[in-house]
Amino acid sequence: MHLTPDQIVLAQWGFVRISATLVCTWLLMALMTVSACLLTRRLAGPDQPRSRWQNAAEVVVETIRGQIRTVCGAKADTYLAFIGSLFLFITCSSVLEIVPGWHAPTASLSTTAALAISVGVAVPVFGVLSQGLAEYFRHYLRPTFIMLPLHLLSETSRNLALAIRLFGNIMSEALVVGMLVSIAPFFFPVPMQMLALLTGVIQAYVFAVLATVYIAAAVQRGEE
Amino acid sequence: MDKFDSVTAIALASIVMAVFCMAFGAITPALGEAKAIVQALSAIAQQPDEAATISRTLLIGLAMLESIAIYCFVIAIVLIFANPFWNYIILKHGA
Repeated sequence: MHLTPDQIVLAQWGFVRISATLVCTWLLMALMTVSACLLTRRLAGPDQPRSRWQNAAEVVVETIRGQIRTVCGAKADTYLAFIGSLFLFITCSSVLEIVPGWHAPTASLSTTAALAISVGVAVPVFGVLSQGLAEYFRHYLRPTFIMLPLHLLSETSRNLALAIRLFGNIMSEALVVGMLVSIAPFFFPVPMQMLALLTGVIQAYVFAVLATVYIAAAVQRGEE
Repeated sequence: MDKFDSVTAIALASIVMAVFCMAFGAITPALGEAKAIVQALSAIAQQPDEAATISRTLLIGLAMLESIAIYCFVIAIVLIFANPFWNYIILKHGA
């Protein structure tokens, strides 16, 4: 049994190793990019009739924008691309679990660590963009400079928690389904897989909301 | 004989500790989450208008609490499936 798709090695030349994580990540990226390109190739204007695909895409984008707006107010469009990509990537990778042979790349700690690192980079970037370099980094010294290590510790641990939470949830679902397949393969894996779909979408939502909350906290700190 | 003893001891300790880790790691976050859900439900019952905000905050809080159980689960899984001490001992004795 494989704990993570990292352990499924498809090809190896020296130290270059092509694992299932890598293949599934690139497949998912290609799928999302191609479908986004096809969707936005002929966009209808405000008064023209829309295709059903454009309608569906608009529903998704508007929902994500509304969710971001409830957390950080009117400036939702600034973060829409980043948060939306995170959410759609994690959601698609969990939902594609229904395709036989698919291994969710988020069941590997490398992928979730990469996603968490990108959140960890985006938070100071958005903070600096909204308040300027000096003003943003001054909050590490508040209320006194003694708090500096605690601030750093809290930022590190919350990014670590972001990575391990997503990895643990997705990996545990895949593991439970794998164990059930080996014990009672006829019917019991199916409800567990449906639960895994639900958990995957909820974890994608939680990841996106937490990223939004962290960014909003970094940005709004300057406005208080 | 020596090799057998050390491997068995590590296996025994890993399995027992994985079970304890999972048991206590499931009980305590479950109690905390139950408390949070109860509070959120009574808050929604008193102020149904704020249901959206309350349930979003509740979901974030539950995810935070849930991650404690997930940490325990990851540690238990590492102890059973990818135990570093076990690999070390087996490598050392050349099993």
